[in-house]
Amino acid sequence: MDIAQIQAYGYFALTVFLVLALYGYIYHLYTKKKDVDGIDYESYSDMALKDDLDDAPVSPKSDDKLTP
Amino acid sequence: MENRPLEYDYTIAKMFMFTTIVLGIVGMLIGVILAFQLAFPGVNLFLGEGLAEYTNFSRLRPLHTDAVIFGFTLSGVFATWYYVGQRVLKVSMAESKLLMTLGKVHFWLYLVVVAAVVVSLFAGVTTSKEYAEFEWPIDIGVVVVWVIWGMGVFGLIGIRREKSLYISIWYYIATFLGIAMLYLFNNMEIPTILGTSAAGESGICAWYHSVSMYSGTNDALVQWWYGHNAVAFGFTVPIVAMIYYFLPKESGQAIYSYKLSLLSFWGLMFVYLWAGGHHLLYSTVPDWMQTMGSIFSVILILPSWGSAINMLLTMKGEWQQVAASPLIKFMILGSTFYMFSTLEGPIQAIKSVNAIAHFTDWIVGHVHDGVLGWVGFMIMAALYHMAPRVFKREIYSKSLMAAQFWIQTLGVVLYFTSMWIAGITQGMMWRAHDEFGNLAYSFIDTVTVLHPYYTIRGVGGLLYLVGFLMFAYNIYKTMSARPVEERELQNASPMGA
Ligand code: HEM
Repeated sequence: MDIAQIQAYGYFALTVFLVLALYGYIYHLYTKKKDVDGIDYESYSDMALKDDLDDAPVSPKSDDKLTP
Repeated sequence: MENRPLEYDYTIAKMFMFTTIVLGIVGMLIGVILAFQLAFPGVNLFLGEGLAEYTNFSRLRPLHTDAVIFGFTLSGVFATWYYVGQRVLKVSMAESKLLMTLGKVHFWLYLVVVAAVVVSLFAGVTTSKEYAEFEWPIDIGVVVVWVIWGMGVFGLIGIRREKSLYISIWYYIATFLGIAMLYLFNNMEIPTILGTSAAGESGICAWYHSVSMYSGTNDALVQWWYGHNAVAFGFTVPIVAMIYYFLPKESGQAIYSYKLSLLSFWGLMFVYLWAGGHHLLYSTVPDWMQTMGSIFSVILILPSWGSAINMLLTMKGEWQQVAASPLIKFMILGSTFYMFSTLEGPIQAIKSVNAIAHFTDWIVGHVHDGVLGWVGFMIMAALYHMAPRVFKREIYSKSLMAAQFWIQTLGVVLYFTSMWIAGITQGMMWRAHDEFGNLAYSFIDTVTVLHPYYTIRGVGGLLYLVGFLMFAYNIYKTMSARPVEERELQNASPMGA
């Protein structure tokens, strides 16, 4: 096998690996709805939708600041 | 006054909205002049022979690029930051005297630097590095402005009520860090007054001149690492930050997939920094770097489309809003153009395609379908969304906005289609040869053939400028339109007929 052939096989293997890794990650994201801390990522969208100063934060930094 | 409820404070956002509009008009007007100069060389003398020095193409071109990039776009980034930042962190600028002061200093120093840039570039003082033309005293000013902005960004994050950072904040942080790193490294330069020539003379040239610390191939590499990532962190990352906030907010729809937005963010961060080599294909930089530039450019399609598709899918089930609201039209067309130019770019980065495309008008066409269709549309949409909220008045005219949308869309289409045809024609003609290898055409042959397309581009650009003036007028009139109630501002922006 010459170098060009090795390169070609290597390239092919790398491509397959990257495709699997990417789709694996995407699959992971969608099957595990919540992350390790039990947080549903999709609820973070509310940070933009409910962004008035008196809306409740999605995950408050500390309780005392909530009552101005 | 005592019990007045706390409100978001948009003072600084308003100031930057103003510079976005003014510098947009200036930059695009110069763009239109340039376009007609290319089509009709006589326009180089439009203020007469005496002032030709200031009106010729080469003097005006860097003024165009710097005005639209560092003037229009960057002001838009700052304006939206001072609006979005407070809202998604749920903290008002009014809560911190320090942050307000920093914001004001940020704005006024920025204006000083802009003025210095305009004067020096008109005077022909330049380092001759594309998008990094400013001489060292101005560079220092730029760094100061940037650091102050950064202090404001991290200061606001520091006093936030919302624990997690919304995806847009990540993109703004990336903008700050990315540009800081790029700008510093590419602008490493030594003032000539500090140098001594081989013959022993010192104090060479005027005090403000400098020479780059890089030369030759190294200079090219650093320059395009900078140049391409200026596109990344100036034209892509902060604009994605905007659309992730303004589209969901205006449409009242949650982002289609928040997780996909995270995936795309990290994808973009990892891949973009390696793609700059595609500007140097077939040059003296090492071959492996060129190949790497090509490959990473192609991979860039994934994170780019990840964001763009996420935006389009956010409208799932709500497409009637696109038909009903010109404001949403701007954003949807913006993300469509984003998809389009992030497909076009990777294609141009493939070596065999680049052999035809490089140095031709196709590149200019590519730049402008991105900046006019994506950056320009998104910034205008953001300002349209902000205007009713910062002025507490409805947008002056919906029909004017709709008319503007169609005029500008036509302008963009004329711009990029003419440049495609011109560019590919040019590329093919430069390469054409007979059986003995003699070139088939001389340069002037291409100039003759391209003339009509240059004229079409000029007309397209003029339409875009006209649309931008309509935008400016609409925002101006909004300041005196019908006042609106708080509840009218929940999602869709209120608009007058
Ligand atoms: C009214 C709209 C505009 C017109 C008519 C226009 C026209 C032009 C022209 C004629 C050039 C020089 C092309 C050449 O040297 O062959 C140019 C370059 C450039 N313009 Fe614009 N422009 C417009 C808006 C914008 C905007 C809004 C942006 C960015 C936000 C922008 C970014 C650039 C950049 C980055 C280049 C340099 C491209 C390169 O070196 O390949 N332009 N423009």
